[in-house]
Amino acid sequence: MTTTESPVADNGVNVQALLDARDVLKGAPEAAQFTWRASSKWQHGVHSTTRLQNYFGLGEEQSHKTETVLDADHPEVFAATDNAITPIEYLLVGLASCLTAGVASVAQNRGIQVRSIESTVEGHHDIRGILGADSDVRNGFNDVKVTFTIDADASPEDIQALVAQSQKRSAVFDALTNPTDVTVEVV
Amino acid sequence: MSEGSSPRGAVERTTAVVIGAGHAGLAASHFLTERSIDHVVLERGEVANSWRHERWDSLRLLTPNALSNLPGRRYDGPDPDGYMTTDEVIALIDGFASVVRAPVRTGVAVTSLRRTDDGYAVTTDAGELHCRTVVLATGACNRPTVPAFRDAVPASVEQFTAFDYRNPEHLPEGGVLVVGASATGVQLAAELRRSGRPVTLSVGEHVRLPRTYRGQDVLWWMDASGVWDERYDEVDDLTRARRLPSPQLVGTPERATLDLNALTDIGVELVGRWGTVRNGQAAFSGGLGNTFSLADLKMRRLLGTFDEWALRRGHEGEIGPPETYAPTRVPESKRLQLDLNSGEIRAVVWATGYRPDYAWLDVPVLDEKGHLVHDGGVVDSPGLYALGLPVLRRRKSTFIHGIEDDAREVIDHLAGFLAFRR
Repeated sequence: MTTTESPVADNGVNVQALLDARDVLKGAPEAAQFTWRASSKWQHGVHSTTRLQNYFGLGEEQSHKTETVLDADHPEVFAATDNAITPIEYLLVGLASCLTAGVASVAQNRGIQVRSIESTVEGHHDIRGILGADSDVRNGFNDVKVTFTIDADASPEDIQALVAQSQKRSAVFDALTNPTDVTVEVV
Repeated sequence: MSEGSSPRGAVERTTAVVIGAGHAGLAASHFLTERSIDHVVLERGEVANSWRHERWDSLRLLTPNALSNLPGRRYDGPDPDGYMTTDEVIALIDGFASVVRAPVRTGVAVTSLRRTDDGYAVTTDAGELHCRTVVLATGACNRPTVPAFRDAVPASVEQFTAFDYRNPEHLPEGGVLVVGASATGVQLAAELRRSGRPVTLSVGEHVRLPRTYRGQDVLWWMDASGVWDERYDEVDDLTRARRLPSPQLVGTPERATLDLNALTDIGVELVGRWGTVRNGQAAFSGGLGNTFSLADLKMRRLLGTFDEWALRRGHEGEIGPPETYAPTRVPESKRLQLDLNSGEIRAVVWATGYRPDYAWLDVPVLDEKGHLVHDGGVVDSPGLYALGLPVLRRRKSTFIHGIEDDAREVIDHLAGFLAFRR
C-alpha cells in the first residue's frame, strides 16, 4: 500500500511547527535548554503525591495549562495501601506515551495516515533487588518489552521503520537505555 | 599590493596553492595543469602521507580495483574485483603524482593560512607564499575523534586509536574492547578476535552492507545504479549524509561480508553504544536492538533501490537473483556494564571516527562545531576551495574514484573566479 491516493495524512501532529522549531533552535542552542520539574510530597506510608505544572524552556518560565497531580503508592502485596500505581510503573507510562507520540509524529512527517496505535509495555522486575535479598540482583528493571499494534496506510516494513525511528528520537527511550547523571541533595 | 610591504621582501607568489598531496590534492593539480594555472602542492610529509603513516597494516581499499580510478588513469590490471593493499594504494597515488607531474613540495607543513588584500598568505615551516586561490585538500581524517570519558578509563587499560593501531601484536595480551562499528571498528574487531583475543565491540549507529549483492560488489551497485552520483544539493539531509559513518565493509580476496552477524559468528561479543565510565565501570546503551533494526531497515531499503534499478534497466538477466539477509542477531544476554578494573579488558581501541584539523586555518570559515562551511567545495571566502570531504559534491566524494568529477568542477569554479577577477 502507498499513500498516493490519500494526499494529506492527518494524524493531528503539527510537524511543520516542529521542523520550523528545529531550524530556529539550530542557531539558538541556549533557547533549546529545557528544565522539567516535579514537586513531590510524602503523604503516609509509601504513598506520595507529585505535582507538575511549571517548567523552563525557550529562555523563560513556562506553564502547562493546568496542574497535573499524580499519586504513587505500592500494592497490597507489598503490604502497602495501594492508593495508586508504583513509582516504577510511571516509567512504563513515560516510555509508552513517548514512543506513541513518536510513531504518530514520524508517520505525519512521512505522510502516513495512522488509524490506531496501541501498545503494551512490560517491565520485568526481580524485586529481590529492592528488598536487599540478593545483592547480585539490580533494583531496576531487568529488561523492558514494548509491543505495538499499529493500523496505518503503510507496509509492514514502513511501520517497522516508524517504530524504529520513534525509538531513535525518543527522550524516554534514551533516558532508560543510556546512563544519566543523577544528583540527589538534601537542603 | 600587500606583498610589496612585506618586511622580508622576498615572498614567493603563485596563482594557486593546493594544501595536501593525497589523491584529492593531486587531482586538483591535474586539472589546474590542464588549465595552465600555475600552482604548487604543499605536503607536510610525503605524497599519500596518511596512507603511509596513519593506517593499520591489514587495511585494503573498500572499493574494488575496477572502480579505483583517478583522472586519466583507468584500472586495466588482472584483478578488477580485488581490493588494493595500502602499499598498492600508495603506489597508485605516487604513480598519479608522477604522471600528472604535480609540482609537489614535500616536507612542507602549512602553519597558517590567512586572507590578504588580493588573495591568501600561506605560511609554512619553509617560508611564506602569496596566492590568489587556495584548495584545501587535507582530508577529513586528520585526527581521531575520541569521547571525553576516555580520561576515566583506568590506567591499567591501554588505549589505542585507529591512528596508532598497526596490528594485534602491538596490543597487550588479553581482552580488547573495540569502540565503534563502522568500517574501521569491524575490521579491527575481526582481526583482533582472529588473533585469539576475547573481543567486545561497542556498537552505535552504523551502516550495514553485504560485500556482494546478487553476485556483484555492493559498491558496483552504488556506482552503476547512480546512488553514488547523487549530488550534494539533491540529498535530503546533507548534514546527516556528511556525518554518515563508513559502511561495514572490508576488502578481502574472498570478498567476505563483515557485518555484525559475521562478527558474532567468530565470537565477538556485541554491546551497545558506550555512554560513560562510572567508578571504573563502562556503561553501554540498552538500545542495541533498535540500533540493529535501523541498520537492517536501511540496508534493505538500499538493496531495494538496487533491485528497482536493475528491473528498470533490464539488467535482470545478467545478475543473480535478489538476496535477503538475516536480521542482525541481538546477543542473548546483553551486557550493559563492564568492569574495566577486573582485568577482563586489557586494551581499548577507539574506532570512533575522525575529524579534520584546521588549527592552521586563520580564515573564519568554520561553523560552531569546527566543520568547514562550503557549498560543494566552494568555501565562503573568495578564492578558497575544498576537496576530498564527505559528500562534498556527490555521495562518492571521499572514495578514490569520486575525486575526478569533484575536482574538475571545483577547479572549473576556481578558473572562473580567476577570470572574473582578471
